Amino acid sequence: MTQVDRWMLPDGIEEILPEEAHHIEALRRRVLDLFQRWGYDLIIPSMAEFTDSLLIGLGQDLDLQTFKVTDQLSGRSLGIRADITPQAARIDAHSLRREGINRLCYAGHVLYTRPKSALASRNPLQVGVELFGDDSLEADIEVVSLLLSTLKEADLADLHIDLGHVGIFRALASEAALSTAQEKEFFDLLQAKAMADITRWVDTNLAASPAAPWLKALPKLAGSASVLGEAKDVFANAPSSVRKALDELIILAETLAERYPQAHLYFDLSELRGYHYHTGIVFAAFSAGAGEAIATGGRYDHIGEVFGRARSATGFNANLVALKRLAQPSCDLPQGIFAVHSAHPTQWQAVEALRNQGERVVCGASWQTKPKDYQVCDRILVERDGVFELEDL
Amino acid sequence: MSQLTIALTKGRILKETLPLFAAAGIEPLEDISKSRKLTFDTTSPDVRFLILRGVDVPTYVEFGAADVGVSGKDMLMEHGDNSFYEPLDLNIARCRLMTAGMKGRTLPKGRIKVATKFVNIAKRYYAEQGRQVDVIKLYGGMELAPVLGLADEIVDIVDTGNTLIANGLEQRDYIADVSSRLIVNKASMKMKHHQIDALIDAVSSAVGELA
Repeated sequence: MTQVDRWMLPDGIEEILPEEAHHIEALRRRVLDLFQRWGYDLIIPSMAEFTDSLLIGLGQDLDLQTFKVTDQLSGRSLGIRADITPQAARIDAHSLRREGINRLCYAGHVLYTRPKSALASRNPLQVGVELFGDDSLEADIEVVSLLLSTLKEADLADLHIDLGHVGIFRALASEAALSTAQEKEFFDLLQAKAMADITRWVDTNLAASPAAPWLKALPKLAGSASVLGEAKDVFANAPSSVRKALDELIILAETLAERYPQAHLYFDLSELRGYHYHTGIVFAAFSAGAGEAIATGGRYDHIGEVFGRARSATGFNANLVALKRLAQPSCDLPQGIFAVHSAHPTQWQAVEALRNQGERVVCGASWQTKPKDYQVCDRILVERDGVFELEDL
Repeated sequence: MSQLTIALTKGRILKETLPLFAAAGIEPLEDISKSRKLTFDTTSPDVRFLILRGVDVPTYVEFGAADVGVSGKDMLMEHGDNSFYEPLDLNIARCRLMTAGMKGRTLPKGRIKVATKFVNIAKRYYAEQGRQVDVIKLYGGMELAPVLGLADEIVDIVDTGNTLIANGLEQRDYIADVSSRLIVNKASMKMKHHQIDALIDAVSSAVGELA
């Protein structure tokens, strides 16, 4: 390693410097305060734990995303968390063991072996909530509402929420008796919304199945809340679980439209993010300026089974750094006071008094008569005949 | 109405793409072939075109720098799937993705060398065939590689096959059909769906009429 590249950070690993760090920390506090006001208890899980407890069926790629080292004390594999959700699930199922509903929230860094997209960070600051022990639609409505309130708290200029329900595709796939290989093929086409290929695939593989017209219609059922009405007609004779899922989405749409009239709701019945572990309503938030989702979430019942306590669960998480960067420009840093160096015995009391009032006071070095720009001071504390006075700079 | 940015692939695909957009009521305000500019306003005030190399179109669309793109299926297969929507087959610039080698020459046993600009497609294809290969990335003139012994086979798009024949090569295995696709950034699809749905419908009926 030469001196030239010694200072470099690895690809996708970032640090945050003073001014931005101040704003991100301010946002972190506001968001955690919001979660607290909604009744979510803060947890601070550890950076690393046994790999076995981190990989509890939340998608195959989490295994690949997790950095692993060998624990010198136990000889077991330790994982550096790539997601806090499994930790919250473990805490809910085992450490807390609360009866009934348990609301948890968190904010902490996670680390990915690979960025989720080419320009994405590998050490995002994840904030999120998880609501355990409530399998009702009310729980889903609460979590999506809290996501919208979080985005408002972050001063995002526009609120776009994408909503779907994995139960619809799952019921149709089972009605069509798709094999695992067929389901994978169709799933890939559906995720690309490749309309012509989907029609061709269904005609080739499922011509006689009663589910064929439903599967062909699925990728077209995307748009504003009116597609839910269309979907009711399309799926009039579909399995009851499909109709139940649609009814849930309709109630969710009505509630959100009433609570957050400024939010743009988009429904997509073929959106199957996290299909392998989600079990009900799934959602994501988008914002102008970001080419991908800025927050994702949904229902993932059966979580906790690996810890011996199956729990229904729903929640969301977002990268706080990305949220801050998309937010409307925040105000400048609060200005402080520069205390000119003085040997006077009462300077300490004067400085402490100001700090106790909540002022930021920067003590100057003996050779410094005025603050540097980066010290962000608009006033100066000077001593005249043993009396300390504030002057504007 | 927000701005819609459409990334087009320059060259032969562009010549076949513009009539489709023209039929949908979107035409560049100036002659693209006579300009060195890379962005062009169109007759539709909320739509602008970007003119890019084919290999860059998926990247612009994936990151949302462009909302919509037109790209060959070969580029999309190479880029990897699921990073954008691919709602429409434009049925233009049709060709096939093939393997090819020196006419009459049999492949050596064991590992073979494959030259291509489609590194990911080649690795995937030969793995599916149960064959271990060493892939050599080239940016053009693929046909020369087997002639000079740099590679045993190549993976390339084949239209008429005349270039292969002229260099003493033969087509071997079919990998996939290639045509140009309309691709859409996932976030744009959700945030500008009224505009994008209308565009897809208009271009889709143009594809039907011109077919």
